[in-house]
Amino acid sequence: MYRALLYLYPASWRNEYGQEMLAVFAQRRQACPGFFAAALLWLEALADAIYNAAAAHLDLLTQDLKYAFRAFRRSPGFALAAIAIAALGIGATTAAFTLVDYTLIRPLPFAHSDRLVRLYQDRSPTGPSLLEASPGVYRAWKQASASFESMGAYRSLSVNLTGQGEPITLDGASLTNEVLPMLGVQPALGRLFTPKDDSDSAPATAILSYGVWQRVFGGDLAVLGRVIDLYDTPYTVIGVMPKAFYFPTREAQIWTAMRFRPADFEDLDDTYIYPVGLMKAGLTLTRVRAEMRTIATRFSLQHPKELPPSGATTVLLRDDFSEQSKLMLKVLLGAALCVLLIACGNLANLLLARAMVRRRELAVRTALGAGRERLLRQTLTESLLLAFGGGALGLFLALAGLPLFAKLAPARLPLAEVPTVDGRMLAFAALLTLATGILFGVAPAVRVCRRDQTRDLHEGGRSGVGGRRERLRSGLVIAEIAISIVLLVGFGLLARSLWRIQETAPGFRADHALTLRTALPTPRYADTRVREPFYRRVLEDVRRLPGVTGAAYTTALPMTNIGGIWTVEVEGQPEELGHRRGACLRFVTPGYFAAMNIPLLSGRDVDERDSDSAPYIAVVSQSFARRYWANQSPIGRHIKLGAMDRTIVGVVGDVRFRGLDRENEPQVYASWKQPKDVAPWYAPKDLVVRAAGDPMQLVPAVRRIVQSADPNQPITDVQPLKTLVNAGTSGRRVQLLTLGIFGAVAFLLAAVGMHGLLSFAVSSRTQEIGVRIALGAHRTNILGLTVGGGLRLAVIGIIAGAAIAYPAARLLQTLLAGVRPDDFSTFGAAAGMALAIALVGSALPAMRALRVDAATAIRNE
Amino acid sequence: MSNSERPESLLPLPPATLHILISLASDDRHGYAIIQDVAARTDNQLRLRAGTLYRSLQRMLEHGLIVESGERPAPGLDDERRRYYRITPFGEAVARAEARRLAQLVRLARESGFATGKA
Repeated sequence: MYRALLYLYPASWRNEYGQEMLAVFAQRRQACPGFFAAALLWLEALADAIYNAAAAHLDLLTQDLKYAFRAFRRSPGFALAAIAIAALGIGATTAAFTLVDYTLIRPLPFAHSDRLVRLYQDRSPTGPSLLEASPGVYRAWKQASASFESMGAYRSLSVNLTGQGEPITLDGASLTNEVLPMLGVQPALGRLFTPKDDSDSAPATAILSYGVWQRVFGGDLAVLGRVIDLYDTPYTVIGVMPKAFYFPTREAQIWTAMRFRPADFEDLDDTYIYPVGLMKAGLTLTRVRAEMRTIATRFSLQHPKELPPSGATTVLLRDDFSEQSKLMLKVLLGAALCVLLIACGNLANLLLARAMVRRRELAVRTALGAGRERLLRQTLTESLLLAFGGGALGLFLALAGLPLFAKLAPARLPLAEVPTVDGRMLAFAALLTLATGILFGVAPAVRVCRRDQTRDLHEGGRSGVGGRRERLRSGLVIAEIAISIVLLVGFGLLARSLWRIQETAPGFRADHALTLRTALPTPRYADTRVREPFYRRVLEDVRRLPGVTGAAYTTALPMTNIGGIWTVEVEGQPEELGHRRGACLRFVTPGYFAAMNIPLLSGRDVDERDSDSAPYIAVVSQSFARRYWANQSPIGRHIKLGAMDRTIVGVVGDVRFRGLDRENEPQVYASWKQPKDVAPWYAPKDLVVRAAGDPMQLVPAVRRIVQSADPNQPITDVQPLKTLVNAGTSGRRVQLLTLGIFGAVAFLLAAVGMHGLLSFAVSSRTQEIGVRIALGAHRTNILGLTVGGGLRLAVIGIIAGAAIAYPAARLLQTLLAGVRPDDFSTFGAAAGMALAIALVGSALPAMRALRVDAATAIRNE
Repeated sequence: MSNSERPESLLPLPPATLHILISLASDDRHGYAIIQDVAARTDNQLRLRAGTLYRSLQRMLEHGLIVESGERPAPGLDDERRRYYRITPFGEAVARAEARRLAQLVRLARESGFATGKA
């Protein structure tokens, strides 16, 4: 039994003193007759063993650490290289993990994050599956469902705040009173909305974000009760939300109470609100989903005239962002793991090489009585020490890299942009470090144990060439190349996808155009006749600016706002309500197509005569014309959008309004004056100015023009049209950049690994090479020996890598925008680069081999 | 292993170390014998535990205070072979230095009236 206690001690100690301690204990046991005395003795022995075993371990650790530090001081280059490599691997993986944890795993910062859902109308497969609801649909769902502790709704909001210095536009949400309490948040100041605020007769109320409170109101505590002007309507400030409150998106700056007038419930298909709910505790998502689907389907079938058949989609708020974003995050984590694996392979190789160099030293220590266990411990201590150095440095790298990676986090999630650093990140880094240290330390350590030490004591003992040892090191290099290939192929495919997307013609000319937004407030600007002078003045003055070749207003520029999709009825082609297809509707001022450089294919542009009193007209896109009148001219035909009948007067080219990499509906353009009371969302607000030179140089002049037309009108979203187009692919760019960095690091590491292996091989084969040269071997033979060795490893690595890369690429398919996962040129380029690595990695060793002087080499033998 | 150090550099000694040195001053002893001897000298006040004993012995070996003096059969346990430990000249010097240090300490204590006896 006492023997078991001895296992607390280090093995080397046990071997040395175990027998004697057993004997001592046995004798003391004899001297202690009786149960009580024996029990006491056992307690003593236990305490003694625990204390002294820990002390003995600590002794060894101090000893090993001292020894390791001394060894690192002797070869600081080795230690620094190892720490840097470990830091790259650990840093990349920690940063990627933190981001994935933050966006995919960690609960949202709300009280019952796992029970919060968002509800959509589901019109798949013919329509969208994530469609907003109308107030009428929302009210029906709310009354019929029994699964929710609470249900509310919100819609996005963009308001002009005036009377506080510069007029500014604030984005946020209009919410029913249930929403904020459902999230379980308390205001930092003041109160939340109550049911009273939702009634139409109550004074209008608003809650500010912490940021707006600080920035616009200077953190003034007296802001509560203050009346502010939003879109010319007075609102009373009733509260300020805490600093880290983001809902519905991270950009939200202001919240107002959402009110429904009886008229709002009439059009069941006027979809603009997002219902959210807190599921009752204990209910599963599946069950709630089924209930909502039944309720929604039943309701839509009860109203066949007003609604196409629609179900409901119920999504956890936590998971409500695109599959593409999720995939991108997973790809990031996978790529980071690849870097870590390569780093481990490289470190193992470094340590193996070092162990070989130090084999004599180790043999001496063994001969002096150090047991294998001691050497194993020593080796692991060294690798763990290096790993911890790398882990600490890696943590800094991760912190530095997070803001870049964070651009991959979907903006839809109600979270701060850059993840907060928390215990999980630190714990993960520590765990990773430990795993890394063991992973790359274990191979050399095991070898230390297996070696026949006496052989190494012989002077001139030659090893490191041939045999199992080199196979292991070669295997590591092959694995590194294979993983590099996987990363390179992934990078290459995504890069090609990005190029392909960027080559996609957007349907308009993106360069040399300035865009900005002036969202005119209602009710002041509700009527076209009030709006008209503003537009006219701005457009006329802007067109007169030198260097301006065109200017126009539209509801929303391509790539800014999706939505505005209307179902179309075409005269002479009756379709049932559920089967009608949608088109994107935009209201534009004359000259829009010219300013955007959208080609007018036939007919005419919208013009000044198309006013409320004239017949309603429409200009349609080519794909719209083709959809309904395959080979005939659509000019003069009638279509109905909403209740309006419009005559088609022109056909223009298609534009990609949802983004370059997304399919979109055909487009219909209407005159901005038809009807005279266009709903605020559809009223033109985006200005596009076509310029001969640099569009940004026009900004001050255009600003002055808008200011003189209405001094209270804020100007937002000032940017070149090109930026707007590129914004759609910014996620891909960031992803490509990070993958590119990972790929480059992996590549560099693989090259270093290859170089290390080959130069070691050359230096340990110096004598052999000398003999060969003496025997008349050609320089080309010698070159072939080293470079050929490198190429052989590369080829095996390429084959293995390609075999892994292909299935990996198939997982990426949805991100590939039509590039095939077996794209030959990408695989070819990756293979070419791996071969280049092999050549570069073997170049220096090969030159050294060529310089071997036969006489010296043999004399040294 | 290095006794090139000055004896003073190891002071003050842990109590167990000094007791072991005292015990080995008269005779080479094996582990259990040291425990018994220390117990006898201190009227059973100090009973060294096995772990403490061997950890002390290991450190003393490292510092060159003692050496192993070969293995002999253990008395009373004929089949067990035991290691015997012997004090080195360096060990004696260290023990003397520690005794001097303690004596000085006691003298200081007496001068200030903390201990009885001749000042």
